[in-house]
Amino acid sequence: MLDARIPSGPIEDKWDTRRFEMKLVNPANRRKHSIIIVGAGLAGAAAAATLGQQGYHVQCFSFHDTPRRAHSIAAQGGINAAKNYRNDGDSVYRLFYDTVKGGDFRSREANVFRLAQLSVNIIDQCVAQGVPFAREYGGLLDTRSFGGVQVQRTFYARGQTGQQLLLGAYQALEEQIAAGTVQMHTRRDVLDIVVADGRARGIITRNLITGEIESYAADVVVLATGGYSNVFFLSTNAMASNCTAIWRAHRRGALFANPCFTQIHPTCIPVSSEHQSKLTLMSESLRNDGRVWVPVKQGDTRAPNQIPESERDYYLERRYPSFGNLVPRDVASRAAKEACDSGHGVGPGGQGVYLDFADALRRMGRGAVVEKYGNLFDIYERITGEDAYQAPMRIYPAPHYTMGGLWVDYDLMTTIPGLFAGGEANYSDHGANRLGASALMQGLADGYFVLPATVPNYIGSTKLEPVDTNHPAFAAAKSEVAESTNRMISMHGKRTPDSIHKQVGRLMWDECGMSRSAERLKKALGTLPELKREFWSNLALAGTAGEFNQSLEKAARVADFLELAELMCIDALDRNESCGAHFRVESQTPDGEALRDDEHFSYVSAWQWTEAGQPPVLHKEPLTFEHVHLAQRSYK
Amino acid sequence: MNLKLKIWRQANASVRGKFENYVVRDITPDMSFLEMLDVLNEDLLSRGEIPVAFDHDCREGICGSCGFLINGVAHGGQKGTTVCQLAMRFFKDGDSLTLEPWRAQSFPLVRDLAVNRSAFDRIIQSGGYISAPTGGAPDANTILVPKEIADSAFDAAACIGCGACVAACPNSSAMLFTAAKVHQLNLLPQGQPQRDQRSLSMIVAMEEEGFGGCTNHRECEAVCPKDIPIQFIGQMNRELTRALRHGERKFAHVTRDAEPAEVKR
Ligand code: SF4
Ligand code: FES
Repeated sequence: MLDARIPSGPIEDKWDTRRFEMKLVNPANRRKHSIIIVGAGLAGAAAAATLGQQGYHVQCFSFHDTPRRAHSIAAQGGINAAKNYRNDGDSVYRLFYDTVKGGDFRSREANVFRLAQLSVNIIDQCVAQGVPFAREYGGLLDTRSFGGVQVQRTFYARGQTGQQLLLGAYQALEEQIAAGTVQMHTRRDVLDIVVADGRARGIITRNLITGEIESYAADVVVLATGGYSNVFFLSTNAMASNCTAIWRAHRRGALFANPCFTQIHPTCIPVSSEHQSKLTLMSESLRNDGRVWVPVKQGDTRAPNQIPESERDYYLERRYPSFGNLVPRDVASRAAKEACDSGHGVGPGGQGVYLDFADALRRMGRGAVVEKYGNLFDIYERITGEDAYQAPMRIYPAPHYTMGGLWVDYDLMTTIPGLFAGGEANYSDHGANRLGASALMQGLADGYFVLPATVPNYIGSTKLEPVDTNHPAFAAAKSEVAESTNRMISMHGKRTPDSIHKQVGRLMWDECGMSRSAERLKKALGTLPELKREFWSNLALAGTAGEFNQSLEKAARVADFLELAELMCIDALDRNESCGAHFRVESQTPDGEALRDDEHFSYVSAWQWTEAGQPPVLHKEPLTFEHVHLAQRSYK
Repeated sequence: MNLKLKIWRQANASVRGKFENYVVRDITPDMSFLEMLDVLNEDLLSRGEIPVAFDHDCREGICGSCGFLINGVAHGGQKGTTVCQLAMRFFKDGDSLTLEPWRAQSFPLVRDLAVNRSAFDRIIQSGGYISAPTGGAPDANTILVPKEIADSAFDAAACIGCGACVAACPNSSAMLFTAAKVHQLNLLPQGQPQRDQRSLSMIVAMEEEGFGGCTNHRECEAVCPKDIPIQFIGQMNRELTRALRHGERKFAHVTRDAEPAEVKR
């Protein structure tokens, strides 16, 4: 029943085929069609700007005070593109191959191929906008290699690639706002999706300044609201990144795919205090020149410089000689956890491993290291007070990216007609593990190229009855939102939203984090309903719902994380295999590597919400691999 | 360590605000300034009091959401550091800290330490972009950009739009913010076609938003968390002169529909 509607024909031609099949909308009629875009990160801003340029009436929503703050801005390392400017053997086909393999064969080939094809256009687009990518002395674009691949296909702008790409999209968006094609609504939380007569026709928002609950209607709704790593409380995501819009869509009928596929990034600054509010990523580009090690002796408390070479275990180089420090994220994270769990960890609580630049400093000289990584060393010093030019950094894995998200077909439409999802918000192209520098690529491919083709096709090929905010579905959704908001604000209990969020985050990190077992997942599934009851009976808030109230905003997000957490555990329990970032202790090779089970689990899990308290229903989209030969991943 | 805080409390722009005093205890040097405020807010909330509102999100110094004055200094005084990245080891046990929102007529107050900086968006709308509709771009390597040019454009593009420069300036000038964008885009070959129009429009927009002029106090540069150099302001003034010299158009007639500016190299 779950039909991805993949075009027929050879994989190279599928996207062209689909574009040719599409129904076009006459330029004179476009203005009459309205499109709501939720989120103004890479996918949202790029889609809003592009659809605005095409002449549609676009309304874009963001909870920030300006679209330039979206969390895409924090991406550091770079963006992949199969330009083969280096003449090092890269091609669209290789990027496609690497991404399917890196995702441990849990993504859809046709989508990934399109992503690899579009990667090339993204770089052209961004350069035309004035994104200041790194250059070589001859004026050509510079590239570097990045976690998990052996070609240099990653374009970058110092350690701030996400910022520069987002500002490019933001500026294009602002140009359209000035032109009047896009209406921007800032400081709005989207609290529900309105489905009228079987189609997504609008949203319910809370104006964060006045507290007013508002309705907006349109012909199409696009969600580009990012990922849900903040379910773990501590993650590299920005504080307000949340799952509310996609979770509300799920409750309205959109299937949620692969919720348990969450990426733990190997190179973050370790937790230092119980008051820590978020974790800071150190771009994994550092692994190009830094070497990861731990002391051979357990519980070794000597300063790193006092430990001789012979007493260091460069465990990635030892275990994976051909990829060494550049193994994919999931492999690097798990190896770090194993090193620490077996008593070799360093720093407070033994929750850290060294990332050492001593060799790079000797080989490249300090100047070159500063040029390449200077801002990362600065961030490290600011946070830890330590100088990484003198002693190795300490790093530890942290939740970073969620491959799961709303199930979408080839056109990025969810199972609710007229509701699309782009960027990290959809489950999409990364399978069970995302390769480095591929998130920016996917966000922009969806935003600049895919959605601006598929959304108009939906408009052109669908008979849309006129629907405005007077439709009863709006009143119903609005009153549900108002009711739950009022319930939260008037509880006057004892537990702050943060305290409950920390508790669920800790639980998820322990039981549904880097390694998972049936026993512990069941335990978590026993505890989560209690936490949910605690939330809905003992929540502490202050002030009213009719004003700028940041704790209330937080509470609404935590309420949805609590429900999503349950679905993540259910999904992790169902998938009794290890693949990519999902490691089930029951499914490993004799030497402790992840063991996939293609016979039983070569499918996308797409979960259907039934009703509160009832188990969700699993739908399976079978995955077939015609081009990339199914093989056990090996980076040895 | 323990600290005394004096924080500006104001429920919204239409009521009067005042300073309130608080004490926070058991703060550790590893905590960030905002984590210290989290502790205060958790405490307030558990006592049924309304927490202190402040904007923040990434907490890594890149989104530009955070920012307020600490003892009169925007972002608190550590060079090149946003307040979210400011570690408590920068302060001493027993310190008294006064926290106030950005004070500028063009940044109306939202609540407590949060202000509305949408005036910056409108400056960008007036010309802070290169028009490159999606789909029409040539191959990226057909546009050669010398490394020094790319690097300098990047230095300017690093601005996070936090507004500290405005808050620190006695004239509430947005020159540093605007000049950074003008510098980035006017320097790059891709930015040449709209160069003069961009300089004019953005400077006009800045004035229309009520930001003051620059009288060389250099306070903006001192507090800028991204170390945007004040030289860019001088450069913007030269860009303005250049645009006026070429100027067939008058300020008031600068509109988006004007015919494209001629290409000058
Ligand atoms: S110029 Fe500096 S201080 Fe001003 S907005 Fe940009 S980053 Fe902030
Ligand atoms: S919170 Fe993003 S810059 Fe401070």
